[in-house]
Amino acid sequence: MLSKKRKAYIGGMKAAMYISTGLTATLVIFLVAYVFIKGIPHISWELLSTKPSYISGNIGILPDILNTLYIVLSTLIFVIPLGVGAAIYLTEYAKNKRLVSVIEYAAETLSGIPSIIYGLVGMLFFCQFLGFKTSLLAGSLTLVIMNLPTVMRTTQESLKTVPQSYRDGAFGLGAGKWRVIRTVVLPGCVDGVITGCILSIGRILGESAALLFTAGFAHALNGIFEGLTSPGASLTVALYVYAKEQGEFGVAFAIAAILMILTLLINLSATLVSRYFAKKREL
Amino acid sequence: MSDIMTAKDLSLWYDKTQALKNVNITIPEKSITAFIGPSGCGKSTFLKTLNRMNDLIPSVKIIGEVCYNGQNIYDNSVDVNELRREIGMVFQKPNPFPMSIYDNIAYGPRTHGIKSKVKLDEIVEQSLRDAAIWDEVKDRLKKNALGMSGGQQQRLCIARALAVKPKILLMDEPTSALDPISTSRIEELAIELKKSYTIVIVTHNMQQAVRISDNTAFFLLGELIEYGETEKLFSQPTDKRTEDYITGRFG
Amino acid sequence: MKKNKMIERAIHGVFLILGLLTFGCVLLITIYLVISGIPAITEIGLFDFLFGTKWASTADEPSYGILPFILTSIYGTAGAILLGVPIGFFAAVYLSKLANPKVKAFMEGAVSLLAGIPSVVYGLVGMLVLVPAVREIFNIPDGASLFSAIIVLAIMILPSIIKVSMTALEAVPKEYEDASLALGATPVETYFRVSVPAAKSGIAAAVVLGVGRAIGEAMAVMMVSGNVPNMPSLFQSVRFLTTAVASEMSYSSGLQQQALFSIALVLFLFIMLINATLNFFLKKEKD
Repeated sequence: MLSKKRKAYIGGMKAAMYISTGLTATLVIFLVAYVFIKGIPHISWELLSTKPSYISGNIGILPDILNTLYIVLSTLIFVIPLGVGAAIYLTEYAKNKRLVSVIEYAAETLSGIPSIIYGLVGMLFFCQFLGFKTSLLAGSLTLVIMNLPTVMRTTQESLKTVPQSYRDGAFGLGAGKWRVIRTVVLPGCVDGVITGCILSIGRILGESAALLFTAGFAHALNGIFEGLTSPGASLTVALYVYAKEQGEFGVAFAIAAILMILTLLINLSATLVSRYFAKKREL
Repeated sequence: MSDIMTAKDLSLWYDKTQALKNVNITIPEKSITAFIGPSGCGKSTFLKTLNRMNDLIPSVKIIGEVCYNGQNIYDNSVDVNELRREIGMVFQKPNPFPMSIYDNIAYGPRTHGIKSKVKLDEIVEQSLRDAAIWDEVKDRLKKNALGMSGGQQQRLCIARALAVKPKILLMDEPTSALDPISTSRIEELAIELKKSYTIVIVTHNMQQAVRISDNTAFFLLGELIEYGETEKLFSQPTDKRTEDYITGRFG
Repeated sequence: MKKNKMIERAIHGVFLILGLLTFGCVLLITIYLVISGIPAITEIGLFDFLFGTKWASTADEPSYGILPFILTSIYGTAGAILLGVPIGFFAAVYLSKLANPKVKAFMEGAVSLLAGIPSVVYGLVGMLVLVPAVREIFNIPDGASLFSAIIVLAIMILPSIIKVSMTALEAVPKEYEDASLALGATPVETYFRVSVPAAKSGIAAAVVLGVGRAIGEAMAVMMVSGNVPNMPSLFQSVRFLTTAVASEMSYSSGLQQQALFSIALVLFLFIMLINATLNFFLKKEKD
C-alpha cells in the first residue's frame, strides 16, 4: 500500500487541482450570471434604438452600437489585406531566414504591447501627425496595427497546410508566381482569414483603452462615412463613461450584458468554424 | 527453478476487437523468456498485461487471471503502483525523462519515499553499475540524460528500472531502435541480469531470442501457439505455424 | 515577356512592403515613444523622474516623480501572479491530464469566455462587487485599492496561464508518463513530477505572458484601484503606470503631457523586457 506521505502528497495535489478548477468555474459562472441578472432587465427597445439626450434625460445606446459596428468594419477592411499580404510574403516570397524571424519577432512584440500604448501612439500618429483628429477612423487604424499580428498568424498557419505539391503543379504548368498565389495559395488560406477575422472582431469589441484617446466619447448618431470622420464612443468606452463618470450603472450593465452575449457568440463561432475546417481537412 | 508468473485463460479486448485469446503461460524465475511473433500478434499487448500497463487505456477489457507469486494481479486488493514497482518495464523507444542522469535514476526511489542523499547516491551508483553504464556516465551524472546516445539512453532506462529493485523486468522490443553494437551490449546486459532478475522480452528479432532466451513463446493473431525451451522450439517446433514463422515463410 | 516580369517584380515589391509592415509598426511605436518621451525626462531629470516619490502634476509647483506608479505596477503584477499562477497552474494540470472529456470541454469554453470578456466589464463588476466587499471585509474607508486591483488582475491573467500551460502539458510525450507509471508512481505523482518538469519552459512562458497582461492592463484597474498617486500599500488607493497615462491624458498639456509620454516609455521598456523573456522561453519550449 502507498505510504502515508505519498497519500498525503497525492491528496494535497488533488485537492489543489479540484479547488483551482472549481474556483475558475465558479468565477466564470458568477460573472456571466451577475452581468446578465443586472444587465438584461435594463435592455429595452428604447435603449437600443435611441440616442442620449441631455434635454430629455434619455439614455440610448444606438450611436454606440453603430460606432462599434463602424469600427469593426473599417478595421477589418484594412487589416485583412494587410495581414494576409504579410503572411503571403512570409510563406511564399521570403527566402532570408533572418528577415522572417525579425518579422515574426516584430509580430510577437506587437501582440505584447498594451492597448494603452497603442492608444497613445495612435493619438500622436493618426490624430495629430496625419491630422485625422479624434475620430472613429483614427481609432480603427490604431486597431488595425493591434490586430495585424493576429490575422497574419492565422493566415500563415493555414498557408502552411496548403501542400507544396499544389504550388509545384501550378509552377510546372508555367504559371507565374503571382498567378500561382492567386489561384492556388489564396483559396487555401480562407479558413485562416476567417479565423483571424473572428479573433479580431472579439478583440475589437472588447477594446477600450486604445480607443479612448483616438476615437473619443461622443454619442452622436451618424451614418458610416460621416461617423468615421467624427469622434464616437464604442460600446466598451460608453460602458466606461456611463459607469465611471456618470454613475449610470443600469445602462453600464445593459451594455456589459450585450458585450457578454457578443463574446459568447464569437467564442461559439470560433469553435464551430475551427471544427468545420478541421473536418474539411480530414476529407 | 520455480515459477514466478502464471497467466490463466487470459483474454483481452480493445473495444470489440479481441487482441488476446485464452493465453496460458508460466514464466520461470531468474531466466529470460522471449515472446516472438509477427507484428500485431499480441505479444506486446500480453507483455503489458503483466504489469497492468493496459489499465491506462480506457477501452480495454480483460478477463482471466495473471498470478504473480500466487496472487492474481487483477484482484481488487492489489495495489497497482506496488505491483509496477516489483515488475519493472523497459520500453521500445528509450524514454529517459528530460532531467539529469542522476535524477532519472533517483526518480523511482524518490517516488517510493527514499529521501536520504547517501542512500540515493548508493542506489544510483549500484543501478548504473548493474546496467553496465556507470563508467561511461559517472563523471556527468548531473548532465541532461537527453544528451546521451540512443544505446546509452536505453541502458539508462534499464538502470532506472533496476533502481526500484524489481523482481521482474519486462522489456518491450528494447533494441528495435538501436544500432547493432548497442544491441549486443543490451543483450549481454540481459544475460548478466538474469542472475538476479526474471526477464521477459518481446522481440521481433528471432536471432536475438535464440541468443539470449531460455524459453520462447510464439504468438500469432492473439493466440499463444507454442511455448517451450528456446533450443527445442527453434530446432524441433511442434506446430506447423511455428515452423513456418521461424523458417521465414511469413511475418 | 518583359512586361510580365515587371509585373511579377512589382507584386513582389508590394508583398515585401506588406511583410515589413509589422516591423515598421514596431519601429513607429518605438520612435514615437522615444521622441515624445525623452523631453520631459531631460527636463525633470532622469533620477528625479524615476525615483521621485511625489506626483503632483497639476500643483502650483508641479512634481513629477513616478516611483509610486512603477512600484504599484510591480507590486500589482507580482500580487496578481502570486494569486493567479497557482490557481491557473493546478487547473491546467487537472484539465490537461485528469479531467474527463465533458468537464474539459466545458472548462475550455469557460476559460475562452474569461479571456474574451472586455476589460471594462471586469472593471464594472469589480467596482460594484469587489470594491464594496473589500471595504466591508477589511473595514477600510475605501475598497478601491491595490488589493482590489490585484484580485481583478489575477482573474484576468487566469485564461492566458491556463491555456498556455495546458498546451505545454499536452505536448509532453506520453512515453515519459508511461515510464514513470511503470516505475510504480501513481498518475498524480507522474503528472507533477514528470509531466510538469518536462513542460516547464511552456509553463514559464505562461507566467511571463501573465506578467505582460497584468502590467499592461489599464481600464479594469482604473475602475477598481482608486487612482490616487500614493506610494503603494495594499489597502490604499493607488495609480499604476497604465492608469497614470490614461487618467490625465484627456486634459493634459505642456510638460504634464510630455511626462505622461515618458511614463508610457517606461511602461514600454518594461514590456519589451518581458517580451524578450517570453521569446526566450518559447524558443526553449520549441527545442
